[in-house]
Amino acid sequence: MSVRVGKAAEAPTFAQAARGMLGNAQLRHNVRHATDVIRARRAHAVGETADWQQLRDSARAIKDHVLRHLDTYLEQFETACKAAGGKVHWARDADEANTAIVDIIRSHGGTEVIKVKTMTSDETGLNPALEAAGITPIETDLADLIIQLGADKPSHIVVPALHRNKAEIRRLFMEKMQLPELGERAEDLAGAARRYLRERFLRVPVGLSGANFAIAESGSLCVVESEGNGRMCLSLPKVLVSLVGIEKIIPTFGDLEVFLQLLGRSATGERMNPYNSIWSGVTAGDGPQEFHVVLLDNGRTGVLTEPETRPTLACIRCGACLNICPVYRQTGGHAYGSIYAGPIGAILTPQLQSMKHSQSLPFASTLCGACYEVCPVKIDIPEILLHLRNKVVKSGGAPLAERLAMRFAARAFKNGGRLESAQKLVRIAQKPYVHSGSIERLPGMLANWTQFRDLAAVPAESFRQWWAARQNKEKK
Amino acid sequence: MSAAPLDSKQEILERIRKAVDSVGNRAAEYAAIPREYRREGAMAAEAKMELFAARLYDYGTSVYRCTTAQIADAVAQALSARRRTGIVVAHGVPASWLPENFEFVEDDGLSYTALDASNGVLTGCELAVAFTGTIILRHGPGQPRRAVTLVPDYHLCVVRAQQVAETLPEAIRRVEEFRSTPLTTISGPSATSDIEMTRVKGVHGPRTLDVVLVS
Repeated sequence: MSVRVGKAAEAPTFAQAARGMLGNAQLRHNVRHATDVIRARRAHAVGETADWQQLRDSARAIKDHVLRHLDTYLEQFETACKAAGGKVHWARDADEANTAIVDIIRSHGGTEVIKVKTMTSDETGLNPALEAAGITPIETDLADLIIQLGADKPSHIVVPALHRNKAEIRRLFMEKMQLPELGERAEDLAGAARRYLRERFLRVPVGLSGANFAIAESGSLCVVESEGNGRMCLSLPKVLVSLVGIEKIIPTFGDLEVFLQLLGRSATGERMNPYNSIWSGVTAGDGPQEFHVVLLDNGRTGVLTEPETRPTLACIRCGACLNICPVYRQTGGHAYGSIYAGPIGAILTPQLQSMKHSQSLPFASTLCGACYEVCPVKIDIPEILLHLRNKVVKSGGAPLAERLAMRFAARAFKNGGRLESAQKLVRIAQKPYVHSGSIERLPGMLANWTQFRDLAAVPAESFRQWWAARQNKEKK
Repeated sequence: MSAAPLDSKQEILERIRKAVDSVGNRAAEYAAIPREYRREGAMAAEAKMELFAARLYDYGTSVYRCTTAQIADAVAQALSARRRTGIVVAHGVPASWLPENFEFVEDDGLSYTALDASNGVLTGCELAVAFTGTIILRHGPGQPRRAVTLVPDYHLCVVRAQQVAETLPEAIRRVEEFRSTPLTTISGPSATSDIEMTRVKGVHGPRTLDVVLVS
């Protein structure tokens, strides 16, 4: 078994990585600007949908239902997909999926493959595996192309190059596409991508995609996109391979009426994203005549195990939780060390890796709850974060000083008298460290706590003391 | 092929069964899923058409409204406005839609290169959704190939009033019987939000979409 989430297992802790990002003013500006734009658009698109809450309720109920019966639905999907002329492969982990895909492409003597944006392939590290096998992956999503040309890493699940601004993208395109001249408008940059990729779309005989939804009853896949690069990759090549996480299943074609209303509005603030492609198997005379689906586990069945964390798999990857998150908006996506950034990444990444890596991610949150509010499938991310924090602490993940301090605090909070004594003690002890009511740096072993946060000082008078004094005054 | 596909499948299914308690009547559970969202539209025919047209305008699409007898005239108007001639005619388009004095190219299996060099494409559609300004294309025998509606830079689509549903759920019910044939939904021309999250029209799909709306 080699469950892998990109290179998350080797990433530094969130706090370490975040420190570097916070020092990058350009990056923070880019992230804030982009998320401001998308939040305003999303709010408008959601606001005009009167039945938004009802759609969320249904979406969540459908996902919960699927996850409880995932085995049956997966088999149903396989049967229907095969009946429609598709081939179905099952992959326990990243390597198995990559090997299956490389083998399919090799069996056609392919040396190039056109790719539609698939985060799942970033998860399995497919591109390096293809390159090692002598196959060149060509990313066709505009943001993915920016990432690929810049040898950069994705920082957002919907808009992977969100951390790059127009000027940076223009410089990159001029250099990598060898364009001596290029306009400065976003339209010019999109036009450059169109010219750069067009010949490749028309020529390369193998396409590779992910899927947003896999429909059990018809064995169909649905890919949601905007640019048309998806339609190109899905309908022009002779051979198509789709890498699909097992949690992408929905029971029926009719269920699309719920998810397609939620996804576009929540992801990019559009009433409907420009293009959706739905197909099952192969169709004579139209589109790829050979079609493979690779169903990927890679740690997902582990996430299913606990009912508390199972809703993590309901995610439809809209990215709204990233855009709203006060932590993500400060650090950007790279600090999470995973291709899945932001609140959803903070719960998904460590779980996929059986809580053995990325243990700092459940702490990369203020638990403000904004992510839960915007989530189109109502995943209670703060609840799951707390659950995972608990696991990390129980497995001995917290530093000794923190555990001792928490034990001391627990004793003090249990009893009013004890709390008062503790407050008195701390009031004296904190004196050298307090500046304008807060403590920025604790000494010795406690320094860890204030490394990334300020601590409110114990005030001169507690509420109980104030109350008691007030009562005394009234009596007089 | 992976080395032992059957083993992987069985192991994954086994893990799922161990992880979840999948007992209970699946069909009954599915039927009991709450669906309180809006499924049926309530708009009068003309209001629905106006909403659909307004949504299309929002996408930067020009809308030519006409009667059945005027389709060819409306097509001529659209082509003149865009200065296009010699566009490809997709399968399923009746000859009565084609105006005189314009050249057209039949799609008799045109190569991708030929489609790329073409001046555009004229198609009908299966259905449309007023609330989201969405057009649904069905592919397969007698219908436009996917490539034909994609590679050309200009798409002119004829939508008839009876094809316009108000809500997406209504439309999904109506195309359900075709769920095993390829379907494409189009909401405005190709676009991207990948540069600073700002919506830009026109990337890989047709950069211009016009609609002839027939009442």
